[in-house]
Amino acid sequence: MPAILSIEALGKQYKSGHKALEGVDLSIERGEIFALLGPNGAGKTTLISIICGTVTRTAGTISVAGHDIDHARREARQRIGLVPQEIALDMFSTVLNTVRFSRGLFGKAPDPAYIEEILRDLSLWDKRNARIMELSGGMKRRVMIAKALSHEPELLFLDEPTAGVDVNLRRDMWALVRKLRERGMTIILTTHYIEEAEEMADRVGVINGGRLLLVEDKDALMRKMGKRQLTLTLQAPLATIPDELAEWSLVLAEDGLRLIYSFDAQAEDTGMPALLHRMSELGIAYRDLDTSRSTLEDIFVNLVEKAA
Amino acid sequence: MSGVNLHGIWAIYRTEMARSIRTVWQSVATPVITTALYFIVFGGAIGSRMSHVGGVGYGAFIVPGLIMLSLLTQSISNASIGIYFPKFTGTMFEILSAPLNAVEAVVGYVGAAATKSVVIGLIILATATFFTDVRILHPVWMVAFLLLTSLTFSLFGFLIGIWAKNFEQLAIIPSLVITPLTFLGGAFYSIDMLPQPWRTVSLFNPVVYLVSGFRWSFYGLGDVGVGASLAFTAGFMALCLIALAWIFRTGWRLKP
Ligand SMILES: Nc1ncnc2c1ncn2[C@@H]1O[C@H](COP(=O)(O)OP(=O)(O)OP(=O)(O)O)[C@@H](O)[C@H]1O
Ligand SMILES: [Mg+2]
Repeated sequence: MPAILSIEALGKQYKSGHKALEGVDLSIERGEIFALLGPNGAGKTTLISIICGTVTRTAGTISVAGHDIDHARREARQRIGLVPQEIALDMFSTVLNTVRFSRGLFGKAPDPAYIEEILRDLSLWDKRNARIMELSGGMKRRVMIAKALSHEPELLFLDEPTAGVDVNLRRDMWALVRKLRERGMTIILTTHYIEEAEEMADRVGVINGGRLLLVEDKDALMRKMGKRQLTLTLQAPLATIPDELAEWSLVLAEDGLRLIYSFDAQAEDTGMPALLHRMSELGIAYRDLDTSRSTLEDIFVNLVEKAA
Repeated sequence: MSGVNLHGIWAIYRTEMARSIRTVWQSVATPVITTALYFIVFGGAIGSRMSHVGGVGYGAFIVPGLIMLSLLTQSISNASIGIYFPKFTGTMFEILSAPLNAVEAVVGYVGAAATKSVVIGLIILATATFFTDVRILHPVWMVAFLLLTSLTFSLFGFLIGIWAKNFEQLAIIPSLVITPLTFLGGAFYSIDMLPQPWRTVSLFNPVVYLVSGFRWSFYGLGDVGVGASLAFTAGFMALCLIALAWIFRTGWRLKP
């Protein structure tokens, strides 16, 4: 079976002359959750918009489940659902009508039972006859999701689904995404929140300046690039780091009360036992010891800085 | 799914019609009141001092022109707002991302706008019968002109809606071009009544052909031949279709 989404050598230059995407290659497998991470202006929305047909491209080919988005436009598009970054709704319409409209627009016969199911899933059923203008921002966002799901797409794009959404709603959103995945949907989301990618994604793509810098299995990425840190809280402050500890490149913090040692989590020999041994030889006593693993955020910042 | 996206066309058509029905009183009251005013002023006050035009009372004479005036302005404004509205609210993304081709989208939007125009045209016709004695010599042609004009100018309105970048631009063509052309296009007089060179100048006004053909279907008399009227309307429709095909192919003013 062909990949649910396959992108080759995609390029986009806006009429302003700005190159928003260059040489993007990406292949997405069925049933995965893929997180596209990147700073403001990286090209995330442009990438999604081109796949969904709302922005033209200037180079490359794209196919959805093996259907070229130009030559087999209808087959490709009916498989896609899009929840854009900005809320855009007809404020005078009702929830039910706007969701029904979307289903029809995508060429599907009415299915009241299915529409009811998604509205219930999104806690919108009680509001089905309310006009959009009467809804809160969070509800409007869920209406956008309901519309995108209305035609039973196989591939769902969520462009910053949790931007400006409170913590509870964000957890709900995550739960929903997992539920959709369990039903076999493939989900591509963009986000600034690294915790979101870390929490949900199977694979992560990092995009910056229109280039896809890296695409990797999330766990492998964390293992490969992750740094660990050992933080020692000392009993008595140190003025300087003794020369005997120079080989560990330690950092002294908090008025000499804290020693921080960063090391590669993958390394065979982390150097940690040797450090602790040397310290006891030198008579440096510590009150507390803490190790932490770097987050995707650290990895991300690291990558983007390197590319810049 | 293959063939035509009928559900998609129907979804657009229905939603557009629902939008009109939300404002049904405005939609119906405005043309009825305007028509009544025209009859009181032109048909009653002025028309009583005017001789018959080509054997038809002045009140009856202006009926086709009045209907045409409404058809043009209504078709253009309905269709242009219909497609401008999703651009304005941002909901256009959904139309652009749907498995819907240009023809299907146009059938939905233009079909709804034209339907509304035809209904309003018929309402005006019905209103007119309260004020004057209306005869229709060629009912089939009357309906044909009604449909053809509504469709053509709804297409034209659709183009304006895509072209417009703000509400001012949306209003400018109907008020600055169509209304003057209609008033000067023989809606309220026969161009035979004009002195030269205005009579010849009028022949360059496209609305003359529309009004003339439509009036012919009522009373069997027109300023220009009915064939010329038909040819003009069909030609203008073809121009609009060509422009639309180009817009959808290039994404002009629709996609960045
Ligand atoms: N219509 C447009 N015309 C010209 N340039 C544009 C247009 N839309 C986006 N851009 C530019 O393309 C670049 C990528 O924009 P894009 O919206 O894809 O970024 P993004 O990664 O989604 O950012 P954010 O996280 O802020 O949403 C930006 O530099 C932006 O200014
Ligand atoms: Mg974006």
